[in-house]
Amino acid sequence: MSSIPYIPAEFDPPARATYLNAGHTIRSWLLTKDHKRIGILYMVTITLMFMVAAVAAAMIRINLLSPAGLLREPTIYNRAFTLHGIVMVWWFLVPSIPTTLGNFLIPMMIGARDLAFPRLNLASWYLFTISAVMILAVLIFGGVDTGWTFYTPYSSLFANTHVTLTVAAIFVNGFSSIFTGLNFIVTIHKMRAPGLTWFRLPLFCWAMYATSVIFVLATPVLAITLVLLAVERILRIGIFDPALGGDPILFQHLFWFYSHPVVYIQILPTFGVASEIITNMARKRPFGYKAIAFSSLAIMLIGFLVWGHHMFDAGISPYSGLVFSILSFAVAIPTAVKIFSWTFTLYKGSVALETPMLYMVGFMGLFTIGGLTGVMLATLGLDVHMHDTYFVVAHFHYVMVGGAVMGYLGGVHYWWPKITGKMYSEFWGKIAAGIGFIGFNLTFFPQYIMGYLGMPRRYFAYPPEFQVYHVLSTAGASILAIGYFMPLVYLLYSLKYGRDAGPNPWRSMSLEWQTPSPPPTENFEKTPVISQPPYAYDLQSPMGAPAPVVST
Amino acid sequence: MSEHLVTETSPHPVEHQFEDRYQQKEASTLGMWTFLATEVLFFGALFVSYTLYRHQYPDAFRQGSLELKWYLGGINTAVLLLSSFCMAMAVHAASVGSNSGIIRYLILTIAVAAIFLGIKATEYYIEYREQLVPALNFSLAPPPEQQLGALTASFGRFDRWLATRLHAEPLPDGPRSPNEKLFMLFYFVMTAIHATHMIIGIAIMLVLIWMARRGKFSREYHNPVECFGLYWHFVDIVWVFLFPALYLLRNP
Repeated sequence: MSSIPYIPAEFDPPARATYLNAGHTIRSWLLTKDHKRIGILYMVTITLMFMVAAVAAAMIRINLLSPAGLLREPTIYNRAFTLHGIVMVWWFLVPSIPTTLGNFLIPMMIGARDLAFPRLNLASWYLFTISAVMILAVLIFGGVDTGWTFYTPYSSLFANTHVTLTVAAIFVNGFSSIFTGLNFIVTIHKMRAPGLTWFRLPLFCWAMYATSVIFVLATPVLAITLVLLAVERILRIGIFDPALGGDPILFQHLFWFYSHPVVYIQILPTFGVASEIITNMARKRPFGYKAIAFSSLAIMLIGFLVWGHHMFDAGISPYSGLVFSILSFAVAIPTAVKIFSWTFTLYKGSVALETPMLYMVGFMGLFTIGGLTGVMLATLGLDVHMHDTYFVVAHFHYVMVGGAVMGYLGGVHYWWPKITGKMYSEFWGKIAAGIGFIGFNLTFFPQYIMGYLGMPRRYFAYPPEFQVYHVLSTAGASILAIGYFMPLVYLLYSLKYGRDAGPNPWRSMSLEWQTPSPPPTENFEKTPVISQPPYAYDLQSPMGAPAPVVST
Repeated sequence: MSEHLVTETSPHPVEHQFEDRYQQKEASTLGMWTFLATEVLFFGALFVSYTLYRHQYPDAFRQGSLELKWYLGGINTAVLLLSSFCMAMAVHAASVGSNSGIIRYLILTIAVAAIFLGIKATEYYIEYREQLVPALNFSLAPPPEQQLGALTASFGRFDRWLATRLHAEPLPDGPRSPNEKLFMLFYFVMTAIHATHMIIGIAIMLVLIWMARRGKFSREYHNPVECFGLYWHFVDIVWVFLFPALYLLRNP
């Protein structure tokens, strides 16, 4: 706490109108068109969905404590890992940063009063919530057991679980994503404050822009694929049915055309968060602003062309396998550009290791491991060996959990003072970040080893020689659960008992910090005019006035 | 913008998040184009799958094409282009601020769209009688003529007469190929999704008519009509691709 000074109360008079005290009724929240309130609605919804998926993960980990499987039946286990995957992907990871921090921050970062389409924004939250209710209904009715990938013909012709309702839920969820992405694209194009040119945009906005393009262009392909799957399942005849001359591999192509770009939907926002936090905590301009900005777009573009690497084992031709392999290597280049840029930004910076920065340091390390093992998996020969093993599971959890979830938590900690006006306990924040880091590695690093040794994913029972890794992994998951539960406690605690954060506790130069915390409903009293590049930690504040006087 | 465009009573104020109505208009237009990009990918996946299977089973798909009534599809193409013309007139009426013009041309658009859907429904009915509907009654053996009913049978006779007049390929006779079912499935899924877009469009037009009746639109504010126009033309363009892909690729 020592680096964050006490800010006298007269800087932040209690009677000030904020978006939080603009209305106290439930109606004022459920019918709000304020992007900041909608961001909070999303935050509550995805936190609840995260818990549902986490319970499913706990069931998986408990089952795997014993080689024979501890759950009563393998079918329960199948439903647990399917639900874990589906809910985590579509109800937590995909919406996590875009719908909460993106919603809250994009208009504030570009000096706008709201997103371009506030009603559409609220509508997408409603669609999201409806889809969440649908997937919870699936859970109550007995779940679904196809795995989150819904491979045909099992999902369409053989599975006896609630595939159709699940698919319908994802369809609705997809439109929520599309509308969010559409809103962000238009907002970033058309709502920027005077003087805020493209190359003065915060890097978070660049990352959200690239994410939004994927939302808009990839999600519809999944939507139509799931429609075809539902048609096949309901009518019992279909487009992917080999009996009719259909091709199940086509389903995989269409599915991964969405579901590979979707991992960039999950990780690009974290890149944006990292760029913000790292430049701020290093108190430097980012090393290679344009490189970071364009690498987001490059990842988005190349990310659309690599889906075939999920299908090396599915019988695609060796030539297309070769091309997909090379393209998959290529996507590592812009990703590495980002990692190097952040590292050089930290170099010779005066780095403040506050809680958000701890998350970012963890993210950089874990994501690098996850990314490099991804390059291994993009190698045709190695992939044949490691396909569908725990190595793959460990790889994408390093990227999704070590990357995306760390980014989300880091971002929530970083902007929490702006969102709520309160400061959480820095001490407990650092402890939780540390526990999460240790728990994460203990959970997933053993999975690399057992995967490399040949432990297949999704198996209910396994040979006893893998037990030690599974026990380590389950122990790690318990620690990880504590690391995720603690922020929930101290962040909620800070709402009531936290110290007032003041407008700009991190002394940031970004536009969103130049307003009071929590911000007024209209964000800015008058539209700001931007006259300097972002992250000008060596210059003045973006509005021309001296940087807020908060001494260290 | 020249000054005379700004009338004294602007019935629709600029939404609070925008600086002025130009920003508002640009935002809503870009929003609609972005949505159309989504739609292109939505239909794109269908077209890709269809093309793939067409490439895999050229004969079965050609047989399937021959079962369709290309002249009904052709008439419908003309009908739909007419509806696009009506829509363009509605957008023009909006740009000069005429609410009554918007109402008139949107009602016309709806009427023409209804004709399209009527012809489409007739086609579906004929295909049902000819036992071409997968999952309902698709049969490998075409039903004998006396089971078809008067309407369908007369269309069949017209088909044969037309084929001889045009010296076209002889129409398929005898058992159908099993893969033709795949063609018919694509045909129904694609045209049904297209028709769903039209029905949604008609619903939106009813809302726009209701808004125009309350005098909501003016020279300065008519983005909803204009953006809806983009949507409607897009739905048209989808048909312009569907029609040749499904009906016209019938000769080897």
